[in-house]
Amino acid sequence: MIQLTINGEVKQLHQSINIEQFIDQNNLQGKRIAIERNGEIVPRSQYAEQYLTDGDQLEVVVAVGGG
Amino acid sequence: MDSFVIAGKSYSSRLLVGTGKYKDFTQTRAAIEASGAEIVTVAIRRTNIGQNANEPNLLDSVPPSKYTLLPNTAGCYTVDDAVRTLRLARELLDGHKLVKLEVLGDPRTLFPNMVETLKAAEILVKEGFDVMVYTSDDPIAAKQLEEIGCVAVMPLASLIGSGMGILNPWNLQIIIDNAKVPVLVDAGVGTASDATIALELGCDGVLMNTAIAAAKNPVLMASAMRKAVEAGREAYLAGRMVKKIYTASPSSPVEGVIATSTQQH
Repeated sequence: MIQLTINGEVKQLHQSINIEQFIDQNNLQGKRIAIERNGEIVPRSQYAEQYLTDGDQLEVVVAVGGG
Repeated sequence: MDSFVIAGKSYSSRLLVGTGKYKDFTQTRAAIEASGAEIVTVAIRRTNIGQNANEPNLLDSVPPSKYTLLPNTAGCYTVDDAVRTLRLARELLDGHKLVKLEVLGDPRTLFPNMVETLKAAEILVKEGFDVMVYTSDDPIAAKQLEEIGCVAVMPLASLIGSGMGILNPWNLQIIIDNAKVPVLVDAGVGTASDATIALELGCDGVLMNTAIAAAKNPVLMASAMRKAVEAGREAYLAGRMVKKIYTASPSSPVEGVIATSTQQH
């Protein structure tokens, strides 16, 4: 069991997954998003390589209306 | 053609618009089209994890292929939050470098924190961003931001979202006269005449959101703003007449009036 903080909310996963799997599990595939992991940008090219580990802090963002 | 250049790219519209506060994305798109804007601001926010399978995306209505998107740091109160937000924006928009930096200092007035703004600008410029920066109407701060390497300085005309208009044209004039980069009024415009005044002063452009989105008819106001910005720019280029205080001057010939009176004025 690993514990993550995603957009400020604590979530638990039974096993470590990579970011590509995380995107699929949360219906984010094909969406225009960007991801920060522990304060660092995760480039799209690394989604398959980077595995989430216990204590990770993720920010998943989109563009919204603003001025 | 009268165009202006930001970070090496030429634009023909001097009106930049935001995408916030509209009823829906259909209205957002219609208003932006009516405004003629080429540069359009967006905000960066956390997405709802796992609940948004069919949620419409702003970028489908305002495609990056059609507009120059200007991601902002609205809502950021620290250097760290602002810098992280724009790094995310760059990743989100495939390496896009043009950004709008604002670091706020007070949630009630949304005045910028200039100390933090200067620090964030320095980091972002070093990281290769083209930074358009929201600033107080302080000529010294505006100059410092330019010296750091910001590609445009954007002083407030009055408080964000207030529609109070241009409260200190004198400071804006000093900022414009001192600047070697484009100066855009950002925040405070309420109606078309405010935008015209900004351009008449010599501003290179105006950025607005609420003045259009909060109008009773946003699409019509967007059209009015397009014309107002064009009118103000043309008036600036034409060069206004010199004001003659308390001195009337008739526009029609003084000679040949049919009046029989011999009065002399």
